[in-house]
Amino acid sequence: MRTDVADTKDYRGRVHDLSRNIMTDWMTQLKDATQTNVPSAYLMISGNCVEILRCFDILPVFPEINALQLAIRKQSLPYIIKSEEIGYASDNCAYVKADIGYTMCGGVGQDGSSPTPSLIVCNFVGCNVYIKWFEHCASMMDVPMVMLDIPFVRDGQASAEDLKYVLAQLKDLIKRCEELTGKKFDIDRLREIVAHSARAEEGWSRSKDLCKHRPAPFDSYFDSINMMGPINALRGTKEAADFFDEVAAHYAKMVEEGIGVADEEKFRTVVEGPPPYPYYRSFRNLFEAWGAVAVQSTYSTVGGTWEFGFRHDPDRPLESIAEQMITHNLCNRSLLDRYDQIRSYVDDWKADALIIHSIKSCRLFSAGQGDMREYFTKELGVPTLMVESDLEDPRYYAEAQMKNRIDAFFEALQYKRMRQEAGA
Amino acid sequence: MKYAAGIDVGSTQTKAVLLDASRAIAAKALIDTGANVKRAGQRALDALLEASGVARSDVGFVVGTGYGRYKIEAGDTQVTEISCHARGAQMMYPATRTVIDMGGQDTKAIKVGPEGDVADFCMNDKCAAGTGRFLAGAADVLGLSLDEIGEISLKGTRPVRLTSVCTVFVESDILSHLAQNQKVEDILAGVHQAIAARTIGLVRRTGMEDEVTFTGGVARNIGMVRALEEKLGTSLNYSDESHHIGAFGAALFAVDHLLASEQGQIPAEPQPTEWVDE
Repeated sequence: MRTDVADTKDYRGRVHDLSRNIMTDWMTQLKDATQTNVPSAYLMISGNCVEILRCFDILPVFPEINALQLAIRKQSLPYIIKSEEIGYASDNCAYVKADIGYTMCGGVGQDGSSPTPSLIVCNFVGCNVYIKWFEHCASMMDVPMVMLDIPFVRDGQASAEDLKYVLAQLKDLIKRCEELTGKKFDIDRLREIVAHSARAEEGWSRSKDLCKHRPAPFDSYFDSINMMGPINALRGTKEAADFFDEVAAHYAKMVEEGIGVADEEKFRTVVEGPPPYPYYRSFRNLFEAWGAVAVQSTYSTVGGTWEFGFRHDPDRPLESIAEQMITHNLCNRSLLDRYDQIRSYVDDWKADALIIHSIKSCRLFSAGQGDMREYFTKELGVPTLMVESDLEDPRYYAEAQMKNRIDAFFEALQYKRMRQEAGA
Repeated sequence: MKYAAGIDVGSTQTKAVLLDASRAIAAKALIDTGANVKRAGQRALDALLEASGVARSDVGFVVGTGYGRYKIEAGDTQVTEISCHARGAQMMYPATRTVIDMGGQDTKAIKVGPEGDVADFCMNDKCAAGTGRFLAGAADVLGLSLDEIGEISLKGTRPVRLTSVCTVFVESDILSHLAQNQKVEDILAGVHQAIAARTIGLVRRTGMEDEVTFTGGVARNIGMVRALEEKLGTSLNYSDESHHIGAFGAALFAVDHLLASEQGQIPAEPQPTEWVDE
């Protein structure tokens, strides 16, 4: 039975509804574009340059979102199997396999839910598999492709040469967009779009920051999905910027009134790794049962690490886009930078524990998580639980085993707390 | 006199222990879990009552553990077997700081605090490679019983190297060694060493501290005990009771509840979480 208070809380509450509305509008545009000649382009989530596409009224399409939507609706497996039938290995990225299978089955194109893109922009070099994904899409659909080569950040900062290199590629991309749309590049329009981005980023950061309060107004892992769609796919629109103003105000009000997302916040966690989308709700329940709330998560920053202060800059629109693509997103940074990010989350957001959800079909993101667990447990004394399934492939999820590990972990935390309280 | 019971419904077998209020063992039971998990819990409890002559009404509290813990109708609460093995092992061998629990589907390394609390733990992933099931597969293909393979493995002088510890591929792997005229004892020595090597990986992740207590069904296998001891370079605590340590730990939690309710206190342990279906 839901109470009025529960209605104000997230994922069944206001932010969820707002998010669903604007994301549905965007998906409706995608569906409509299957029947029109509106130009559209594929783009990767992480460190994307959606502002440039928007400047030419090119509709952005994110195959990753296609894939996760299939998973969360529990429809991914048949498409994954379809891809395996044509030769994708069982341990290959399941996002790729779901999207490729979906495309092969007519999900993309005239009779599908999203249009055959006019252009494929591959902006992700953190992952070699993703490059192959977009190359396969380009060849399968016979669509021109722009490959952006973004240098990996090894020591925390982009060099001047890196920036110059990416800027030159962005200028090439602008030329391609001009050719595709017949529109002339308008830097003032880009400044306007980038200003919308910055306002959305500000609202995102304010919201994330509010989880430093006890109780946290939303779950920064599970509920962040409501904010990730708008910040990653709709960034640069006035709608997304307005959305984040409203979200931040909503959460601020919850904090003011002392309302938390959990009925009783017993444990504050930081979560590393993408969620198991095919079992999103079940996975969440396993934590909710213990009153465990994620006060921060690394996955929510795959698109951008906004909470550490970076904003797109209307005075330097292209430069700031390049900087964001190289430096200010989770995936293009080294594992040691990820350690720092998590450590800051644990310290500044006052977390009790770290949860690592490792992804079977993504070795790129999951490699090093064993060391990470060891570093946080043994060197920093942060209780760390590592569980494993997949972000897309339901076959890797075993509920009983997952529950066993999560229950044992929180049982142990609870004992520790009780002993401390008894000794105090 | 009041009693408390712990029932550990495992993937293969169900273990149960009945304790009196002074934590002395009044009875033990061991049955095959079978397909009806709910019935297994009840059958195990019935077996305890029969063996001890204690009336059901004198059993004041029942704690369920193991994979089937939520299906035990008589269970007053549930605790994970990770907490139960830690608690049981520490009670039986007070200097225990590391527990290796090897069951039918799971192998766990548990780092234990001085009071039997779980400091850290690691488990095998979803696949049952390197667990008791692997040993059962090896025994099957060699036409031997699980009870004898440990002893036979100790006679091996030149252990074979297995290609994996995959429970599915163990059969073809062993068949290929048989085809090469390898001795059964050498094959079994290789099987035990392969599992030991994988287990050591889990133990290293939590960090090994003496003393190490070996629990779970596989702890009855002397070949596995020796293989682990050799790889760890230390001796293990184990006994005929090892199989029951999870149930014993559960029963210890049940005694806490029993005493707490008699004294009108809140039991000193985590409250159970309800199973929430999607």
